[in-house]
Amino acid sequence: MQSQLPLYPEQASNFAPHVDALMLFITAICLFFAVAVTAAIIFFLYKFRRKTPGEIGVAIHGDMRLETAWIVVPLLLALAMFGWGAVVYVDFRRAPSDALDIYVIGKQWMWKLQQPNGLKEINELHVPVGQDVRLIMSSEDVIHDFSVPAFRVKMDVVPGHYNTLWFRPTKVGKYHFYCSQYCGTNHAIMGGWVTVMEPDEYTAWLSGSSGSSVNPVVAGAKLFADRACLTCHASDGKGRAPSLNGVFGGQVRLADGSTVTADESYIRESILNPNAKIVAGYQPLMPPYQGQLTEEQTLDLISYVKSLQADPVPATGAGVIPSTASQTTGKN
Amino acid sequence: MPSPVHTMPEKHYLNASYGIRSWLLTTDHKRIALLYLASVTFFFFVGGIFATLIRIHLLTPGGYLVSPETYNKLFTMHGVAMIFFFLIPSIPAVLGNFLIPIMIGAKDLAFPKLNLLSWYIYLIGGSFVLYSFSTGGLDTGWTFYTPLSSIYSNSAVTPAVIGIFINGFSSILTGLNFVVTIHTMRAPGMTWFRLPLFVWAHYATSIIFILGTPVIAITLLLAGLERMFHLGFFNPALGGDPILFQHLFWFYSHPAVYIMILPAMGVISEIIPTFARRPIFGYSFIAGSSIAIAVIGFLVWAHHMFLTGESVYAALAFSLMSYLVAIPSAVKVFNWTSTLYKGSISYDTPMLYSLGFIGLFLVGGLTGLFLACLGLDIHLHDTYFVIAHFHYIMVGGAVMGYVGGLHYWWPKITGKMYPEFLARLAAVVLFVGFNLTFFPQFILGYLGMPRRYHSYPPEFQTLNVMSTAGASILALGYLLPMIYLTWSIKYGRVAGPNPWPATGLEWKTDSPPLTENFDVTPVVDWEPYDFEHRPDLALDPGAPGLLPAHGDD
Repeated sequence: MQSQLPLYPEQASNFAPHVDALMLFITAICLFFAVAVTAAIIFFLYKFRRKTPGEIGVAIHGDMRLETAWIVVPLLLALAMFGWGAVVYVDFRRAPSDALDIYVIGKQWMWKLQQPNGLKEINELHVPVGQDVRLIMSSEDVIHDFSVPAFRVKMDVVPGHYNTLWFRPTKVGKYHFYCSQYCGTNHAIMGGWVTVMEPDEYTAWLSGSSGSSVNPVVAGAKLFADRACLTCHASDGKGRAPSLNGVFGGQVRLADGSTVTADESYIRESILNPNAKIVAGYQPLMPPYQGQLTEEQTLDLISYVKSLQADPVPATGAGVIPSTASQTTGKN
Repeated sequence: MPSPVHTMPEKHYLNASYGIRSWLLTTDHKRIALLYLASVTFFFFVGGIFATLIRIHLLTPGGYLVSPETYNKLFTMHGVAMIFFFLIPSIPAVLGNFLIPIMIGAKDLAFPKLNLLSWYIYLIGGSFVLYSFSTGGLDTGWTFYTPLSSIYSNSAVTPAVIGIFINGFSSILTGLNFVVTIHTMRAPGMTWFRLPLFVWAHYATSIIFILGTPVIAITLLLAGLERMFHLGFFNPALGGDPILFQHLFWFYSHPAVYIMILPAMGVISEIIPTFARRPIFGYSFIAGSSIAIAVIGFLVWAHHMFLTGESVYAALAFSLMSYLVAIPSAVKVFNWTSTLYKGSISYDTPMLYSLGFIGLFLVGGLTGLFLACLGLDIHLHDTYFVIAHFHYIMVGGAVMGYVGGLHYWWPKITGKMYPEFLARLAAVVLFVGFNLTFFPQFILGYLGMPRRYHSYPPEFQTLNVMSTAGASILALGYLLPMIYLTWSIKYGRVAGPNPWPATGLEWKTDSPPLTENFDVTPVVDWEPYDFEHRPDLALDPGAPGLLPAHGDD
């Protein structure tokens, strides 16, 4: 239980104890220096106060050993702070591959979130306790930022980019999330609640309320047909464009000889601005869909492309290197 | 010390000529400094009124004083007025302008007319910004992040970015003027390592002015072009990238923090030896650290962007560089502290400001270590922790340095002394008010309160009320000097050429100085901050218990 004036928010994710430990470590170092310098100043002020009006001080111009000491010691401590901070950060930027993927779209001034089964939520997020969760986020307009102080995580939500954020909730409960990047008039009320549930409750909640939702794979498949993507992206690999079966998560060889991991950001770019990266062996024929699809439609299409992973027909497109391992998602 | 009765010099820069033309067309660096003093004080007042309204508004979680639109405009305009039109020009254009030529024994800056032009450019830029404030206001945040500023904002963004663009040339010309002056106009005997540390600090600042300011000018111009003509630089819908804007923006705006703090460090490096009456400890380390800060300061900008999705390797590099830039600042603090050792310390007002500066800068600097830490920044980024941190640097550091410097050189600028008791009182009030205002915000930030929030959850209220209470004390601390300093111009005791006494060249001329600064070009044959071999200071080097130093260099 927290007191009336708490000094830190609740610890409700895998990151919280690490971030708080870092906080204590750096606070301890800084307190030491702040107290030492302040004490020295106060002592000197008293001890060397002027006793007669004409008095002058002793002409000490410096000391090489002292200068060296107070360059080297702070430097070493700084490197320690840097190193520990880097370890936590790198962990934070590398989501586990089996995380529960949730799509997040920010727009002035609301959050739209979508569970893996297509269930959509507004300004609410339900997640199971103990399960790695990855948020794949983009914005429809300006830059937002999804932040959950109780989880000690936040990440900017940038239009034209997918940014990911992951955490593992460790405590059942309801926690505030905020928009932390100033985004215009109602920035302050662009927030909501994360509800962390027991896994079986989460499953029940998911199936109980999914009646109204459209499965994103189904929606994506329909878009894929409606927008005539099929005419070129034939699944037998004989179309004018590469087959998309098994593309997601694998490596794609490009016309310039380089390879790229087919993650969400790559698929998104290939839809919105296909000429940015041309698959080896194909012509730049596809029109850009920038401005023609909503962020949700783009996500539906990506979900559909992802679902083609398990297709029994092997991928054959010239540029496609069949993915060997299980999917290695989303690391840039 | 028995204070001898002084009289004002017969002829000085203030009575050399009269009339409005003699001020508006002056090329005297001292008069231009006073023109700047009046104009930056005006902008400080404007920014201060916005700050007051912000703090009153945040007394209640619901935020009932103003609407969200108005609140967003208040914090934006507070930032723009304070940063671009007060903090950046304050010490360089007022104290630097006034003092650098005198400190190096020159008659004026190298380009007196450019100096006047800088002030007019500042006024034109300032007018555009005031026009923006009064015709719809500005609600983008002082950071102007795209595409909010370039597409989505409905406020008067265009005149504001034009104003800041124009104002940039004022900084560039001032920086250029200082660099050329310091290189070419030093008096005989004024070698580089006899320069006052105030001059070193301004040399470092000028480098940033010259190299950094063009980048912010171009960046805001691009944002303005995107807004006016829909040229796609930053808006993804037009094929641009919003993150590019942040790189360009912070490439200037992080070094800009050093534009604000370096001159204040220069002020402190002058005041402490004067009131400790001994040479500064580690002169070359303090001078060198200014240059190191200016150089490394250009390589840390993306630490504002750890959570934009930038590459992990970039984040690692920028975090490391951010820790490195902390070292020269630490070196300065240690050297200032050591300068008190075996000094003969008096607690005059400028000294109180300097001690306050060290205390507040210490907190501001150390909390920078929290934000430079990648793992911790995930939680602290864009919270009130950041607000508290940079106010400790900019207000606790830069403004304390500026006000302290104003007191220290006030007798030189006006020829008059301010009332000492009131001035000491104001220094203490400022220190207490400042801490009460901003310390609670560190805790608010760690609890997760995001910055730039018009309303907030009720659990954050207690700390916000404390902060607002502190702000009212802080406001009193600023009003007091404005009143008694103005009073002293007419009624203050005549100061005489060197009231403290201090060792620099500026104290070897009249107060206020002649238009030409010196009757004859001075020749410098003493080391900086040396009290021992300066009979002209009428001090008592032979006093008992004060044997010369031994051993140390």
